[in-house]
Amino acid sequence: MLLTLYKLMLIAILTGFLFSIFLVFAGKYLKGRLAILSALVPLGLFVYFLNFSKRIANGEVISQTFEWVPSLGVNLGFTLDGVSLIFALMITGIGFLVFAYTAAYLKGHEFLDRFYGYLGIFMAAMLGVVLSDNIISLFVFWELTSISSFFLIGFNNKEEASRKSAILALAITGTGGLLLLAGVLILGNVAGTYSIAEMLSSKEVIADSAHYILIVLLIFGAAFTKSAQFPFHFWLPGAMKAPTPVSTYLHSATMVKAGVYLLMRFTPVLGSTELWNSTLIIVGATTMVYAAIHTIFRTDLKGILAYSTISALGVLVFLIGLGTQDALLAACVFILVHALYKATLFLVTGIIDHETGTRDITKLAGLRKVLLPVAIAGILAAISNAGIPPSFGFLGKDLIYEATLHFGNSAVLLTILAIVTNILLLYAGFLAGIKPFTGKLPTTFEKVHLPSFLMWLPPLILATLGILIGLFPSIIQGSLIQPAVTALGESGSEIQLKLWHGFNLILALSATTIGVGALLYFIMKPSQKLENGIAKLEFIAPQTLVEKFGFGFGKFSRFTTGLIQNGYLRYYVSVIILFLVILTGYTLIQNTKYVFDYDSFSVLTVYEVLTVLVMIVGILFTVFTKSRLAAVAAMGVVGLAISLIFVYYSAPDLAMTQFSIDTLTVILFVLVLYKLPKYLNFSDYKVRIKDGVLSLVFGALITVLALEVLSEPQGSQLTDYYAENAYVLAKGKNVVNVILVDFRGIDTFMEIAVLTIAAIGVFSLLKLRLTSKNRR
Amino acid sequence: MKTIILRTASDYLLPLLLLFSIFILLRGHYLPGGGFVGGLIASIAFVLHAFANGLENTKNLLRLHPGYLMPLGLLVATLAGLSPIFVENLPFMTGIWFQEPLPVIGMIGSALFFDIGVYLVVIGVSLTIIFTITESA
Repeated sequence: MLLTLYKLMLIAILTGFLFSIFLVFAGKYLKGRLAILSALVPLGLFVYFLNFSKRIANGEVISQTFEWVPSLGVNLGFTLDGVSLIFALMITGIGFLVFAYTAAYLKGHEFLDRFYGYLGIFMAAMLGVVLSDNIISLFVFWELTSISSFFLIGFNNKEEASRKSAILALAITGTGGLLLLAGVLILGNVAGTYSIAEMLSSKEVIADSAHYILIVLLIFGAAFTKSAQFPFHFWLPGAMKAPTPVSTYLHSATMVKAGVYLLMRFTPVLGSTELWNSTLIIVGATTMVYAAIHTIFRTDLKGILAYSTISALGVLVFLIGLGTQDALLAACVFILVHALYKATLFLVTGIIDHETGTRDITKLAGLRKVLLPVAIAGILAAISNAGIPPSFGFLGKDLIYEATLHFGNSAVLLTILAIVTNILLLYAGFLAGIKPFTGKLPTTFEKVHLPSFLMWLPPLILATLGILIGLFPSIIQGSLIQPAVTALGESGSEIQLKLWHGFNLILALSATTIGVGALLYFIMKPSQKLENGIAKLEFIAPQTLVEKFGFGFGKFSRFTTGLIQNGYLRYYVSVIILFLVILTGYTLIQNTKYVFDYDSFSVLTVYEVLTVLVMIVGILFTVFTKSRLAAVAAMGVVGLAISLIFVYYSAPDLAMTQFSIDTLTVILFVLVLYKLPKYLNFSDYKVRIKDGVLSLVFGALITVLALEVLSEPQGSQLTDYYAENAYVLAKGKNVVNVILVDFRGIDTFMEIAVLTIAAIGVFSLLKLRLTSKNRR
Repeated sequence: MKTIILRTASDYLLPLLLLFSIFILLRGHYLPGGGFVGGLIASIAFVLHAFANGLENTKNLLRLHPGYLMPLGLLVATLAGLSPIFVENLPFMTGIWFQEPLPVIGMIGSALFFDIGVYLVVIGVSLTIIFTITESA
């Protein structure tokens, strides 16, 4: 029984992929009213993972390994511990609500099935990331999230801005994926294993290795790009071009948290070093303050939420950087707090956008009169976001201050940074959750009506949860938070989550935050002016720099491509030969002794001299003739002369093959040339001399090479072996043929396969060109 | 290029050359020859026919596009390579042989079938390339 349960973990991950494949065939039936049924997939997974919570709470770590590529040490190893469980529940839980919400949000959309397909792949990939124990499979799933999010962000693929954002996001997160691959490969080599669980025991080995810094920097690169840390944050606001359910899913609970997850996962393995902690603190703090300040200058609801998300991610990275038990606890709690309120705010924004047609915060007001349940959800989320008691957010904020206050020397500075960030986040949350619903309802919005419950219920559920958990933190204390902190390498069993800690400094700080934040909300008014003001600084923004770099890089590659891949076959041939001459020639000059055993050469006969003369005449004729056909025929003469030489040196097989190939080549040329216009003067005098010199050098090189091969003693051993064993082992008297079909038969097999591919290539190239011409 | 002499000759040359190519293919294991050369000779036979009679006529003669010979040949070669695994539980590409020689052909083994596969692929590849280029030139 236990075994079957274990096995289900792989199936659980695969469910999303299977669901997407299923949609390929059954998608059209799921587009209409049945769309809501697809929400059953994440719901089922959510219940499945919830079942584990009791065992996780008891301190169990559930792991299961399937062999995948055992020879490379790559297994599908899955581990479910506290951290994984938090993430798995967020992915499936919020996933369920997003799936349901989408059914109404994109109702009747032409490509609804496609959308669900992408969502399914994305969900499965995210589950794979947070459950993988093997870092190679973690990387594979990581890449899958980048790719599937590309499709989700660019879902409105008819808009140019949408496509651009998707490509930008893929470029940034894809770069991060490559860094991750490099990082895990080095890490795996140093640790001698690709399993994270096994790495825990070789922590010292990793920390002392010469590659430690490189590993950490590469992993940081992956996490910072994925989790939108400064200066890689700019893909996230762009990704807001996606439909709102996507923004909700990607930016509250999943995609961007993958980087945070990665850092958490590697904290016990790589953490507790100066490099690890300081870098994370600096990057996290920069991101959280920078992005929080940016929220002031936005008027688009989604833009505000995007920057406040970046800021929240900065807070998480910052907390992981602090690395104390307090800080890791705060991080675990804040992940949940943020997921709950940010998902709510996104969903609320989606409803507002869907019903009023605008997300401009300066225009929205008084919507509580027409969208009451939505208003409740928005306000509750804003409360949790602000950290007003008794919300869950209050708990989270307390823990953050607790962590910064107990952090040695720089406690004051860090606490001030945290307070500034929280004040601005509160402001952003009020803007998104309260501003649209208060004040006087503009006449233009009077006809706005409440959408289907599928849309307003999910945010309401999430917002209520944010308050409920605040009131009864014991719901998650034992089942999620304690095991999660334990999984991060600290002792988690004594952690008590409490709403009320008595009157102390932290409470005072919380009160200050709320007070100043609320004041800011009443004084500051978001305006187009502010947004325009910040736009002036755009020229030094990381996004502009990256785009400029990308543009320059494109120009550079266009230049080099034009230089090298110019479409003239004759240049390609010269370049290839020149390259070969330089490379081989260089090695030859370095290593050759030029000691040829002239005595072993056989004596020249009249026949050979005559044949070579014929060849020379043929070559000269080829070079100087004015007719294409004559040139080809002369080349044929050269080829036939070569096969004659093969005959003299008792290689009848080679001679026959050369003869047939030569015949075919000539015929082929004639067939093509027959249709071409008369000889044009392609190359001028200089080019001809250049080509001639190149050919002569190449020919000389091949000659030297051949002589070198002859003077190598190993060659004859091989020859003797084939000659002696051809009949004994392979029952053949023709050694050449025996080598081809038996001794080196697999080579021949590959060669005929390559020939086939070449023929298919020629066929499709020419035939496709014809059809496209006809179509025009 | 449709001269009567060439056309008449090609009618006789085609079967002769094909026979010759099979002869070359079969003797390959003991004397100069083999699937590759045999395949080239067979292709030359068809190309010559196309030269004399026009490509369309040769295609009509062949009925099937020569491209189909490529997968067929690959299949034959693969099966020949796999045969030792099924027949005698030996590794891939081990040569296995019939005990008694067959009249005219001689000893028959998996190597011969492999060579037949090569022969078919070579015909398919060269004819596909030549026919395609001829058509689009």
